[in-house]
Amino acid sequence: MRRPPEPVQVVKQRRDAALNALVGGVPYIQFLGIRFDRRGDELTGLLPYDDKLIGNPMLPAIHGGVTAAFLEVTAIITLSWAWLWQDIESGALKLADLEAGKLPRLPKTIDFSTDYLRTGLPRDAYARARVTRSGRRYASVHAQAWQDNHDRPFAECSAHFLMPRNDG
Amino acid sequence: MTAATPDKGMIARQFIEAIPHAAAMGMKLTDIGDGTAEIVMAYDPRLIGDPDTGVIHGGAVSALMDTCGGASVMAHPTAPAATATIGLRIDYMRAATPGQNITARATCHHITRSVAFVRATATDDDTDRPVATATGTFTVEQG
Repeated sequence: MRRPPEPVQVVKQRRDAALNALVGGVPYIQFLGIRFDRRGDELTGLLPYDDKLIGNPMLPAIHGGVTAAFLEVTAIITLSWAWLWQDIESGALKLADLEAGKLPRLPKTIDFSTDYLRTGLPRDAYARARVTRSGRRYASVHAQAWQDNHDRPFAECSAHFLMPRNDG
Repeated sequence: MTAATPDKGMIARQFIEAIPHAAAMGMKLTDIGDGTAEIVMAYDPRLIGDPDTGVIHGGAVSALMDTCGGASVMAHPTAPAATATIGLRIDYMRAATPGQNITARATCHHITRSVAFVRATATDDDTDRPVATATGTFTVEQG
């Protein structure tokens, strides 16, 4: 006999708790004010504009380091999210642990390369990442950030990550 | 132009301090030379990337490297009027030790009319083992 599908609110509560544990517990993500919008398993990073993000007050333009950090945060959260997804869905990660912010070890950045395509304007920015390969030890991730027009990205990055060892 | 030229170190320091994001992250320019810059970022709990260990987030190191790279371009003897990052690649060798300041040193080792080439290193108290290294390319804006 097939099990009846879980009620939608139970599924959502577990997924949102996992995302909160990933994002909410990291002081630097809070410092930059980055949030994530979730549609099923798809994540979009949101960087609301703030005066403290400015790097060139004359233009004004968003700091290149903020842009790199936004892409890096989006890449690592998206990779971690994809890596945890099976365990979130199966219930192997317990809701109580997730709500307490308890997570397994997460991937670590090995290298990170940013292309600055256009000036980051003083307004909100968005980013999405794609895991192009997720192996047992290494992962490759590509991310792109845009502002008013999704077709006109202002920065993109490619990065490599070291995956956590699965031996405890 | 005024008759007296203010020294480059002072201009560079003001340049860094006028960057809102560099100020928000507590970056201090500690040395400036011909095409070189050194910036210190104090350990700050707001910049932590791993709450379990207190290690600073890689993104904060990126922001420090980018700022220091730009400062080294501005400090080049050819005196660009302004600069912006074209590309920046960072290798993370190890986690910075929690509680220690991170110091970035950048050198603008080559410059053309349009492009400046930069190398940078970030260290904590153990200066023999860099936390990260970076190479970057920056625009050269003529005044």
